[in-house]
Amino acid sequence: MILDSKAPGGPIETRWDRHRFNLKLVNPANKRKHTIIVVGSGLAGASAAATLAELGYNVKCYCFQDSPRRAHSIAAQGGINAAKNYHNDGDSIYRLFYDTVKGGDFRSRESNVYRLAEISVNIIDQCVAQGVPFAREYCGYLDNRSFGGAQVSRTFYARGQTGQQLLLGAYQALERQVGAGKIHMYPRAEMLDLIVADGKARGIVTRNLVTGTIESHTADAVVLGTGGYGNVYYLSTNAKGSNATAIWRAHKRGALFANPCYTQIHPTCIPVSGHYQSKLTLMSESLRNDGRVWVPLKEHDTRPPAQIPENERDYYLERRYPSFGNLVPRDVASRNAKAVCDQGRGVGETGLAVYLDFRDAIEHLGKRVITERYGNLFDMYERITGEDPYTTPMRIYPAIHYTMGGLWVDYNLMSTIPGLYVIGEANFSDHGANRLGASALMQGLADGYFVLPNTIGDYLASNKFEPLSLEHPAVREAETQVTCITKRLLEANGAHSADSFHRSLGKLMWDHCGMSRNAEGLRQALSEIPRMREQFWRDVRITGSGEELNQSLEKAGRVADFFELAELMCLDALHRSESCGGHFREEYQTADGEAARDDARFSYVAAWQFHGIGNAPELHKEPLTFEYVHPAQRSYK
Amino acid sequence: MRLVLHIWRQRNASAKGRMARYEAPNVSPDMSFLEMLDVLNEDLIARGEEPVAFDHDCREGICGSCGFMINGVAHGPLPGTTVCQLHMRHFKDGDELYLEPWRARAFPVVKDLLVDRSAFDRLIAAGGFISASTGSAPDGNAILVPKENADRAMDAAACIGCGACVAMCPNASASLFMGAKISHLGLLPQGQPERYRRSAAMAARAGLERFGGCTNIGECEAVCPKEIKLDVIARMNGDFLRAALGRNGVSAGE
Repeated sequence: MILDSKAPGGPIETRWDRHRFNLKLVNPANKRKHTIIVVGSGLAGASAAATLAELGYNVKCYCFQDSPRRAHSIAAQGGINAAKNYHNDGDSIYRLFYDTVKGGDFRSRESNVYRLAEISVNIIDQCVAQGVPFAREYCGYLDNRSFGGAQVSRTFYARGQTGQQLLLGAYQALERQVGAGKIHMYPRAEMLDLIVADGKARGIVTRNLVTGTIESHTADAVVLGTGGYGNVYYLSTNAKGSNATAIWRAHKRGALFANPCYTQIHPTCIPVSGHYQSKLTLMSESLRNDGRVWVPLKEHDTRPPAQIPENERDYYLERRYPSFGNLVPRDVASRNAKAVCDQGRGVGETGLAVYLDFRDAIEHLGKRVITERYGNLFDMYERITGEDPYTTPMRIYPAIHYTMGGLWVDYNLMSTIPGLYVIGEANFSDHGANRLGASALMQGLADGYFVLPNTIGDYLASNKFEPLSLEHPAVREAETQVTCITKRLLEANGAHSADSFHRSLGKLMWDHCGMSRNAEGLRQALSEIPRMREQFWRDVRITGSGEELNQSLEKAGRVADFFELAELMCLDALHRSESCGGHFREEYQTADGEAARDDARFSYVAAWQFHGIGNAPELHKEPLTFEYVHPAQRSYK
Repeated sequence: MRLVLHIWRQRNASAKGRMARYEAPNVSPDMSFLEMLDVLNEDLIARGEEPVAFDHDCREGICGSCGFMINGVAHGPLPGTTVCQLHMRHFKDGDELYLEPWRARAFPVVKDLLVDRSAFDRLIAAGGFISASTGSAPDGNAILVPKENADRAMDAAACIGCGACVAMCPNASASLFMGAKISHLGLLPQGQPERYRRSAAMAARAGLERFGGCTNIGECEAVCPKEIKLDVIARMNGDFLRAALGRNGVSAGE
């Protein structure tokens, strides 16, 4: 299989413009003859569904939550990047493009990243028009702040709830189209398979989570905006329901899975407190603008932070990276936190935490300014830990937060299955091996509002679509497949809950395929995962039946897919014998402990093809070329 | 600590429900309320009983999925806090807790503590938006918004759509929810053209969804996990009145 990215050549500044001009159009009267399925209602899914409906297409949109407004984009706190240069501080589309390619450790496609930077400015305009209450200066102009991995202020924000406000904007646009009859919304519906008929994606099979009914839905194209797979690790900052089932089952139907080992660890999360822990809570990275990260100089120093004098504190990020200081990118900040904890200098009861201290900022700026900037985050921290961050430094530790890998897509966001589009975190594009802060919201909305609605028309205009009968063998086969999986899970009748298996898998993945990896650990994980998976299928216990609302059945189906995906992640991590971005292989580091890339051997996208459980997946490579930003070792010193 | 839980169990929308008694013998003060229920559910599964169904997702207090009554109070005893962010350190050994689903005609019970809140989505679909189709927007800084208005709009926009306000209201009114959306959009210049039509359309929909009327009791404000203030209702009523008087255009200086 040759992976054709369809990325245009020529001057990068005009690639998207020229490409759009060359795309075929569907005339307005014909748009209403096409139906498009959008799975997921987060920033990418909701913005795509709304925009496609505004264009005149009929849209069917699905989410597993009770309302499209609950998708996990809602939890993004910090902000959204845009190259507006409102602050006259030297920002530009080119600089955002440059920062993103460099931040991604030279493992992304230049054409895509440039397009993302270009569209970033339209996103802000669109969101303002929808009524997103972005922070303002007293004069009424939009306010900005800076974020990790950048030296300019280009992050727009709505208090600590930027994701919520952007999602509500997209959700309201979606509901407007529901009201207009252009979108049919299916909440509490989980996609369990993709229908591929005559080589094209033509529908999905869902389970109605209230009644348990297995239903098939057909359309002319299918769009997946179903988010990332960070919950493979059990503990992550993702919502409890976030899962990989939609993309994984599409993968099993033929969509290649790209760079599964690129996972992002967020440096500022609230540390684990006990074995019952169900998820990890992120504290926005924007806190690093004013907070200073430190640990005691001495090992196993158990004094309370206030009693540790200034000269016995190690502000290790400021010391090692004087020019970026506390604002180094996420992967660098996370690895450094792990390193100081591994040295025995971690703080708190478990020793798996570092301080994020606002003492100096409160002294310089006053408590009022800090409250205005981070009030809700401080409140949240206090609610969870019972400690007041205005007087005691926060304790933070890295946690799994985002997955850069995902289904492979071309420049049009189409996967290797014709008619199957993948947007937002669910695809692999744009962030390379590491995503910069405030760029996920940007990518989700760029894909949904501006890229997909343009590119999908070309596919619809270039193909003929006969209505697909629900009796078609491909529909029948997919339904049977889903029914079999459900039946098999219910009949296992074992002794342990799906959650208990998920916890064990998560721990194994965090230990061997987490913040740092090595060949030995990955091989060990690869030998253990199939054993654990078999045990899961033999020994999982699901109470109740398939014909009703059954949350343990929902969970078990997702965990079953995590087991399969986990294996691919380890395989990908093992094959990539280099360190890049979020993928840190202990064997490949520079003398001072930074990630050592191997551009000669690994400057490619690793896209894996599924050949059945128990069979080795096949690796396909999309070579990456850099015409504008020349690969160099990332330096934030 | 050790707790006794009385939980509403109801198999489905048409089945008859009942309170069931459970013991939670090993509760850590650092657990969240939902983690305490996770542990109970694990025990139930181990015993071959059906776990308690409840909605939850982000567990960070922002998605609005979770929520039920704890001893008659929506989201429990801690002000400004959803149940997922409520930690067990706020309870004490021996406490007896009664957990019930939201009670409102517009929110029928689906199973156990889980209810159908799709009426909220239909309220938004009726008019809770600004009609700005993708592509038509002017530059973000072309629309100036006084900081105070942006801040007040943000206060109202913080609503997470959890439904606590409806559940706590003796009339099961959705006024705080609607008022929050109408205030959020109505405080911004972008929201002016549709301002009066919006309030009229949402109010009409609320009647169809069988939400009750508002009698200014204020229980909604008291339990709102985002601490949205009652004045959003006053603002909504003002807009609604003007809509009823036939006002549709843009009003300057309001």
